Amino acid sequence: MALPPPDPQFVLRGTSAAVHTLHFSCGGPEPDIPLLFSGSENGFIHVWNLKTHRVDSALDGHGRKSVYCVKTMGGKDRLLSQGRDQRICLWDLAEGRTSVTDSVFTEHVGFCRCSLLKVAQGRWLMAMAARSLEEVQILELPSKTSVCTLKPEVGAKLGMPMCLKLWQLSCGSQPVLLAGYEDGSVVLWNVSMGKVLSQLICHQEPVMSLDFDSEKAKGISGSSEKVLSIWSLNEQQNLQVYKTHELVNAGISDITIRPDKKILATAGWDHRIRIFGWKKLKPLAVLDYHTATAHCVSFSDHSIPRERLLAAGSKDQRISVWSIYAQT
Amino acid sequence: VCFIPGGLDCSISFVSHVLGKVCIHGRQKEILGVLVPRLTELTESDCIWQRICWRLVECVPDRWMEAVVLGFVQRAPRADVLSRLLGNLVVKNKKAQFVVTQKILLLQYGHTTAVLQNLLGYLSLDSLRRPLLLRVLQELLETWSSSSAVKHSPAEQQLYISKAILICLSHLKEPEIESCRQELLTSMMEGMKCHLDSSLPQLRRLGMVVAESISLKINTEGPVLKFEYEEDDETRELKSLLVQTPSFSVVPSLPDDDRSEKASAALPLVQESNEKSHTAAPVMPDESDAELDSDDDLIPYDMSEDKELKTKAPVYIRDCIEVLTGSRSEDVDKWEAAVKALESLVRKNPAATREVSVELAKILLHLEEKTCIEGFVELRQRAQVAVLTTDPIPVAKYLTSQFYSLNYSLCQRMDILDVLVLAAQELSCPKFHGKTKHSGVQKPCIQLLLGSDSSKDWRRIVDERIKSKTRRFDMGRSRVELASCPNKFSSVAGYFFFPLIQHFDRPLTTFDLLGEDHLVLGRLVHTLAILMHLAVNTVAVTAMGKALLEFVWALRFHTDSYVRQGLLSCISSLLLSVPMEQILADMTEELLETQSWLGDVMEKDPDGDCRRLALQNLLLMENLKKKLEAVPS
Repeated sequence: MALPPPDPQFVLRGTSAAVHTLHFSCGGPEPDIPLLFSGSENGFIHVWNLKTHRVDSALDGHGRKSVYCVKTMGGKDRLLSQGRDQRICLWDLAEGRTSVTDSVFTEHVGFCRCSLLKVAQGRWLMAMAARSLEEVQILELPSKTSVCTLKPEVGAKLGMPMCLKLWQLSCGSQPVLLAGYEDGSVVLWNVSMGKVLSQLICHQEPVMSLDFDSEKAKGISGSSEKVLSIWSLNEQQNLQVYKTHELVNAGISDITIRPDKKILATAGWDHRIRIFGWKKLKPLAVLDYHTATAHCVSFSDHSIPRERLLAAGSKDQRISVWSIYAQT
Repeated sequence: VCFIPGGLDCSISFVSHVLGKVCIHGRQKEILGVLVPRLTELTESDCIWQRICWRLVECVPDRWMEAVVLGFVQRAPRADVLSRLLGNLVVKNKKAQFVVTQKILLLQYGHTTAVLQNLLGYLSLDSLRRPLLLRVLQELLETWSSSSAVKHSPAEQQLYISKAILICLSHLKEPEIESCRQELLTSMMEGMKCHLDSSLPQLRRLGMVVAESISLKINTEGPVLKFEYEEDDETRELKSLLVQTPSFSVVPSLPDDDRSEKASAALPLVQESNEKSHTAAPVMPDESDAELDSDDDLIPYDMSEDKELKTKAPVYIRDCIEVLTGSRSEDVDKWEAAVKALESLVRKNPAATREVSVELAKILLHLEEKTCIEGFVELRQRAQVAVLTTDPIPVAKYLTSQFYSLNYSLCQRMDILDVLVLAAQELSCPKFHGKTKHSGVQKPCIQLLLGSDSSKDWRRIVDERIKSKTRRFDMGRSRVELASCPNKFSSVAGYFFFPLIQHFDRPLTTFDLLGEDHLVLGRLVHTLAILMHLAVNTVAVTAMGKALLEFVWALRFHTDSYVRQGLLSCISSLLLSVPMEQILADMTEELLETQSWLGDVMEKDPDGDCRRLALQNLLLMENLKKKLEAVPS
């Protein structure tokens, strides 16, 4: 007899706006407080203290325009946030400061979240959608120099890039970018040469979110339709569709694979969070807590496995935090 | 008849005379049946024979020229044969020119497409004759683009002219098109306007096809005109005329112009890569088999609650009203659910509906499609019909008053008419509420089928008229004997009928039934005919009949043939619904006048359907009168 799905471990309220993005920073050793960063539609980034379940500080750096991406850069003292004011801000949060140290003016008016990849100590590559409709720009941070611009060929009609993922097979190898576009295709780019390695049409609707497991060379993408598409990368760097999974309700906002690559979570337009096993995409649980579209899901980076958490942010202004399959 | 070949300078004029005389007496078929094939053979390669042939036809006296030329044009198998046989007759002989360029094309319209192909091909084959081709095209276009021609000439003639235009276009060469591009464009625009203005769908389609073809010819690069219409045999045949095969045979070549009404956006699906991954990746399944266990320790939770997310439809009518009138754009799901649920709610709660019936009717009349629901128009119409049948009198009053109010679109006004008809049908049909069958209205007791075959047609005609007028979605035609119960329509028929007929001659700023909006007038007339038909056996039927007869009398000379067809169907309904004794008692004079008008229509009306309907009406009248006399009083 299957158990009913668990309830959230706790729920964070207080953003007073729809939550668009979440990012955990819990990897630090004791006595560091585990934190959760959330970006909301009212332009604030809230720093949640996961011990007290309260907001430690609220960062206002995007002129009250919606923040749709937050990421930490090597620890909780450096934060990167992307907002609808067409800016990407770099924050310095050490020792209680809350200041913006640098910003990049992207001129991008869409919703494409940027992707970060650490290539060396103190050096990062960031992929972001650029001003021109179909282009993706790769910048090096913190120097903000442009590494290359990835332009699809004329007539490709890919549309806007919707989601990005930079990765490299191992430290020191070539960085590659996976980009999901408006026409439903996922493209694999070689960053250094700025060329397309492979393109695969995964969906008939825009690709809303994707995530990739570099160890198994397998990725998953979700779109506004009812299908999740799992694709793989073979030795010749070609993308192939591996499997598709049909959902009960259409629309996926976000997909994340847990760092241990055992499970993945999807945030759906039908207000539900779904958990699947990553090996064979076995449906594991449906978490039905939110009362409006779930916008984002994120897994925590706790070093102790049993403390691991899953957080989901929704349009109903709440962040639900779950402890699920933490024992495995 | 055999000829003495070459060397002799014989006079052929005698033969021409004989030929002419025979043709004028109507024996074209026989003599040309023998002559033309023989001449075709002989003239194939022999120049002398060609010249003899030409002399032959040239010498035919003018008074018999028409018959001869017509005969040749009809009998020649192909345009080049005709060219060989007639030579430049059209250039040399005035009468022949008149026959070929004017009479056959503009004054007659009974000839087949093959004849047109021959004739126009013949004109195009020689440089001396090509100017005639251009002139012909200009005159054809003039006729095609004249609004009075479109309004008054029969459909068959218009089809004939359209075919001729298309064939001409197919023969024109680039430089010629260049020289008359401007005129082509002007005629196309004017002609298109007249055709689209017509109330008959066949004429509109003809106009569209011809306009498209002209646009194709004059705009070889750049966007061409493209209409959306249903393809049928006629349009396909017309379009095939536009292309000439080089061998000059009459077999039409199909340019394969597949334009479906709905533009289906074909989205690419990666089926090949799916197959590729399944066949060219044997490694994958093995791997997953080996690592079976690592997923098994993740025990799934109970997911039985995970179902499709459905917005709950409102359960109360007042809730529906709130949702439909609410301006919050976020509740689109609720709005959709409300629209879908409304009809059944109205039918299940008649008492609640009656409280808010007029308000509901108002909301529905103004309801616009907010999101893309399938079948929105049908849903709205069914809800309106449901409201109208639940509370007929106030809602009918409201709708009929709105029909004549300012600031409604033509679509909304025609919507009102449709809803009135559907509701009337439902009210007069016992037990079939909600279903869209229109059976049972025929009262089987009146046996008017006294032997005359054409009188059977009226029933079919009326049925078809109802069918065509009210867009039906379910073609059931059951003739089951229904349990009888009071006819709900009888008490309200007057409320449906009289307000509609009242103000038709009063023009408003935005709505002028007798002026431009003759399409709505046509629909109104057809609606009145159906309402009349459905009011059979009701109390108000005689009064309705009288009013209808006056209405018809006032409009009987209307120029739009759709309106006239409607008027004639009104007469049929009237004759069928109002008992003959009443008609003869109350409306004798009007009846006589109508009879003479019908006779006129039958003989002189340009539209074939009108003539047929008038004939049917006269026969119906006769039959009814006979029946009345036959019944012993």
